[in-house]
Amino acid sequence: MGQYYLSHLKELEAEAIFVIREVVSQFEKPALLFSGGKDSIVLAHLSKKAFYPSRIPFPLIHIDTGHNFPETIIFRDSLVGELGVKLVVGSVQESINEGRVREETGVNASRNALQTVTLLDTLEDLKIDAAMGGARRDEEKARAKERFFSHRDEFGQWDPKNQRPELWNLFNGKKHNGEHFRIFPISNWTEMDVWQYIQQENIALPSLYFSHQRECVVRDGVILAKSEFIKLKPNEEVQLMTVRYRTCGDMPITGAVESDADDLDKIIAEVATTRTTERGTRADDKRGETAMEDRKKSGYF
Amino acid sequence: MNIQETNQLLRFTTAGSVDDGKSTLIGRLLYDSKSIFEDQIEAVKTSSQMKGFDYVDLSLLTDGLKSEREQGITIDVAYRYFATPKRKFIIADTPGHIQYTRNMVTGASTANLAIILIDSRKGLLEQTFRHSFIASLLKIPHVIVCINKMDLVDYSEEVYDQIVKDYKAFASKMDIKDIQFVPISALNGDNVVDRSKNMVWYEGPTLLYLLEHVHIASDLNHIDCRFPVQMVIRPHTLEHQDFRGYAGRVEGGIFKPGDDVKVLPSGFTSRIKNIELNGEAIEEAFAPMSVTMTLEDEIDISRGDMIVRPNNVPHVGQDLDVMLCWMNQRPLRGRTKLILKHTTKDCQAMVKEILYKVNVNTLHREEGVEELALNEIGRVSIRAANPLFFDAYRRNRQTGSVILIDPNTNETLAAGMII
Ligand SMILES: Nc1nc2c(ncn2[C@@H]2O[C@H](COP(=O)(O)OP(=O)(O)O)[C@@H](O)[C@H]2O)c(=O)[nH]1
Repeated sequence: MGQYYLSHLKELEAEAIFVIREVVSQFEKPALLFSGGKDSIVLAHLSKKAFYPSRIPFPLIHIDTGHNFPETIIFRDSLVGELGVKLVVGSVQESINEGRVREETGVNASRNALQTVTLLDTLEDLKIDAAMGGARRDEEKARAKERFFSHRDEFGQWDPKNQRPELWNLFNGKKHNGEHFRIFPISNWTEMDVWQYIQQENIALPSLYFSHQRECVVRDGVILAKSEFIKLKPNEEVQLMTVRYRTCGDMPITGAVESDADDLDKIIAEVATTRTTERGTRADDKRGETAMEDRKKSGYF
Repeated sequence: MNIQETNQLLRFTTAGSVDDGKSTLIGRLLYDSKSIFEDQIEAVKTSSQMKGFDYVDLSLLTDGLKSEREQGITIDVAYRYFATPKRKFIIADTPGHIQYTRNMVTGASTANLAIILIDSRKGLLEQTFRHSFIASLLKIPHVIVCINKMDLVDYSEEVYDQIVKDYKAFASKMDIKDIQFVPISALNGDNVVDRSKNMVWYEGPTLLYLLEHVHIASDLNHIDCRFPVQMVIRPHTLEHQDFRGYAGRVEGGIFKPGDDVKVLPSGFTSRIKNIELNGEAIEEAFAPMSVTMTLEDEIDISRGDMIVRPNNVPHVGQDLDVMLCWMNQRPLRGRTKLILKHTTKDCQAMVKEILYKVNVNTLHREEGVEELALNEIGRVSIRAANPLFFDAYRRNRQTGSVILIDPNTNETLAAGMII
């Protein structure tokens, strides 16, 4: 008799696929929040597997801050074409133009906080009742307690004291009108799991993740790409650096790491020895010890 | 990179009374297995300094949300991750306060293993009974009892032996298959990852060794074939016009193409044509694999149905006897209508009667009770509006479990284990 057990990656994959299928079964209008980062790319891959030979039965929603890396957009469009899935883009620029939000000013200006409004507006316009995201519990302390099915009230808010207990694999997606859920199928994955899975499944990624040469400025210890979106302080200097990205957020706030890792083997070796968490390279989390939790409560992931 | 091909996942919970050293132990496991990043350590160092501590409080690593951090207590289930070259671990970190039975049950529901902490100076406490009872009730297959703070009892073999003896005496009343004991000092690291030099009298393995080697492959049921259908996959594309696949997760047994199967509730029989995922054929499907199955015959199957083998069917019925853990502020009374969720099926149900309540500290049954309050556990009889296809929880944790949902507020009210 063979050994009847799964490797950890297979078990995590089976769990994520189960959750994605539950979402489609329990909700009327699900969607996948697609950031262009590796976690949401993995989620798109899992969704494809979950429903094959059907096409993915929900749209991808991308909240375009207007500050994206061009590589992200190119990649997004080619992936959408390949999967034959519908893409909806919510534009922060439009929210600004319509006066729904006010742009931050100053050298550290970021559109990250503004995304929340555009996101909630987009979900409401499309009447999305379940928005799947690629967030993982290992990313940040506030996420360690997040559920797979995370209930949001009619204002899109998360109440950490009032989450439903989650038992076995019985997910309770019942809700009242106007409420919705955020769902995190890869909750139990770590950064290492994601990279190993990308390698195992041979999943294509935007070039940003691999080592390349780029003009950068170093601000408060964070390596930021030079771009039209970033205002230089008087004493700041642009330098050519060999870098790669560990997450792909907005250009003005996503920090790069110096790295020669130009293929998956090298990245995995690097991840295995890296001593800072992924989100540590994002300038927005440094705003305060509970920055993530505060934004979460207001409707950002 | 063949590590990732064979590495298994072990999910465990930790339980202990307040101050038994649970957070310190988890911090120690994360720290010694090098799963803590520099910026996390920095954050904890800063927090420790702000609080005026003399030492870096590793327990802060596992403290989560703001209000909890302010109160200095953990009040929910938090999940932690670490890996060694042998295994990946998911810790469901649950608190030990009396009012949080609900969280322990939640964490225990998906666990392969429970670590129960005992403070060597205090020995067995009321909470130890409760934690062990919940582990046995939720049928966690493996329990490791860690006798902590051995440094405070001079690493005494006698103290350890006495606690082991006491524990075995009361554990014999419970249904726990595999119990192991380890004397540790979470603070100093003795017998956690590295062998203790202070307790040469202890010849057993360290905690981490046990976690890495406990045999979990046979924890799942590979005998009774159970495939609750999650959804039907019909592509409606020209290329796959006639494709009709049943998507779901195998919850028991081993399914192979060519097997005779029976579909519940219709009772129709057919044969498995293909088992696949993403178009790739699967030779043998077993728990907990997510797959898509096709059958030889066109029969009407929908979500909530179950595919089984004709000669091994689950119980089919509307009446259930259930051990229930009540998780809501408003207590349960007899004759309450609720929504019941079991595998991929939802239906209306009524709790007809509360048969008895279990005192979780003494394991005594209290009969003639009117209600089940928050965090109480009792045996109830339930009548479902539709037939369910179920096994006893002791036989299969997935096809033997239910949750109850409030039809008005949609809250999850209770977790139930079918007897
Ligand atoms: N001497 C000693 N102290 C310990 C040990 N483990 C934990 N402690 C201390 O016991 C106290 C409570 O520990 P903590 O991990 O916060 O307990 P929790 O409430 O179970 O999470 C803290 O002051 C720890 O430093 C141990 O093995 N030896």
